[in-house]
Amino acid sequence: MTRFLYYPGCSMDASARAYADSLEAIGGPLGLELDEIEDWNCCGATEYQGISPTRAYALVSRNLALAEKQKNGSRTVVAPCSACYLNLAKTEHYLREDKGLAAKINTALEAGGLHYTPGSIEVRHLLDVVFFDIGIETIHGLVTRPLGGLKVAPYLGCLVTRPDYDHRWRSNEHPREFDRLLRTLGAEVVDFPLRTDCCGGHMTQISPATGFELIRRLIHAADQAGAEMLVTLCPMCQMNIDAYQAEMNRYFKTSYHMPILFFTQLIGLAFGFPPEKLGIGTEIVSARQALAKIGIAVPVTEAQEPVGAGAAGPPRRPRAKRTGLPMPAMPGEDGEAPR
Amino acid sequence: MPAAAPAHVTARDATFQNEVRAMIPRDSRLEMCVQCGTCGGSCPSAADMDHTPRMVFAMVRAGLRDEVLRSNTPWMCVSCYFCAVRCPQEIHIPDVMYGLKAMATREGLVPDSVAPDFSKTFVNNIHRYGRSFEVGLIARHYLRHYLTRLPGMAPMGIGMLAKGRMGLRPPKTIKGRDDLRKILVRAAELEAEA
Repeated sequence: MTRFLYYPGCSMDASARAYADSLEAIGGPLGLELDEIEDWNCCGATEYQGISPTRAYALVSRNLALAEKQKNGSRTVVAPCSACYLNLAKTEHYLREDKGLAAKINTALEAGGLHYTPGSIEVRHLLDVVFFDIGIETIHGLVTRPLGGLKVAPYLGCLVTRPDYDHRWRSNEHPREFDRLLRTLGAEVVDFPLRTDCCGGHMTQISPATGFELIRRLIHAADQAGAEMLVTLCPMCQMNIDAYQAEMNRYFKTSYHMPILFFTQLIGLAFGFPPEKLGIGTEIVSARQALAKIGIAVPVTEAQEPVGAGAAGPPRRPRAKRTGLPMPAMPGEDGEAPR
Repeated sequence: MPAAAPAHVTARDATFQNEVRAMIPRDSRLEMCVQCGTCGGSCPSAADMDHTPRMVFAMVRAGLRDEVLRSNTPWMCVSCYFCAVRCPQEIHIPDVMYGLKAMATREGLVPDSVAPDFSKTFVNNIHRYGRSFEVGLIARHYLRHYLTRLPGMAPMGIGMLAKGRMGLRPPKTIKGRDDLRKILVRAAELEAEA
């Protein structure tokens, strides 16, 4: 058993529930024991720093202080979300480096009856722990259903390997550890040079055209490389590429159908867990077709049906089609199967 | 405290550059910029910025306070840290962008209301619940700024709800919310003192 403190982050309980479910499933076989930090608060994502840096660091430090108080034999906090991970790691790193900031933050924490000793907590991303602590040999030994050459594009996104304060990864821009993990599961890793490019972050909310272009680049590159799906380790990346893919397709008049799953879901499949235990089927761009190719059937539940229509989204109302403004037709409309 | 400005920078310029530096924890090395442009060349959203990061650093140095704080550049930063790891002068560029955003927010000099408004709504949810509330955030944001996107977004929203990926109810408020607020109030006072 490897015991860690655990900072789930807000999306694990909402949009990234599949990540949480699959992590819970594989936690047992992997020997991961994760103790949630009690009463943790939001990390501020990429928003709070732009309002007030001092408040943003104080916000994150409350979590570090709670973790320090709760130390359970491990001083390592594991975060599955890239943004949460970086906010915690960055704050810890800055408090260690900048005594002035540490004093200021501790003055603020005192107002809430807390204190944090810089350096007392180590912050790591879930992939880091899975790859370096548990290791691919252990994982290889647990694979009972190899993924049969499922073609995947390994997508790490930005914040796990950049800025990488503790120099854990081989490269900030072209790390290969994730590829090795996915190969261990029996997947075929396609050549995907955009593996650490940006998913757009909050751009889908504040400058949609910018966001859609960043999403398009990733999906286009994965498609060109012959990938059947993207595999990620970040709720934000998953959300952008999955939930906004239909809107991106409309914007660019494209018809991509590129599912994106969490790496924990693929580990779970390779360990032989049934798809429904791993939150598979909760993605908006369905992975059913891709998984069917390797002989994994995803059961259809009623809740999933209305939105399983893929890249072009659900069929439009016929009235809109007859009387609407002249619009270019898109593949996937008229009930034909999307690519 | 920030180091004294390099000799070739006039007093007026130094005031703004030092002001920006003071908004950023740790030494941002902002004044070390050699104008090579690696940041803008690495930036995924540079094409949509009023000025590339390199230009903004030159403008900060030149003391173009208003232009810098009204520019959309920091708001278009996606925090991908490509510039940060590639900068030959090791300037903490995302931190500079965060600092500029915070200054613009404080002074009401924001370029348009969408990006700052998103940040403010996000932060208000943290103050209210201690956690982020995705549905509340997105619903409010779309109603205010993207009414025309709503019809196209509806299927996705329904999908997220049906698949249990979004709850309509806000998150359970954390137990220590009042303490968290006290911490943030104290932090705000400390930032204002600086």
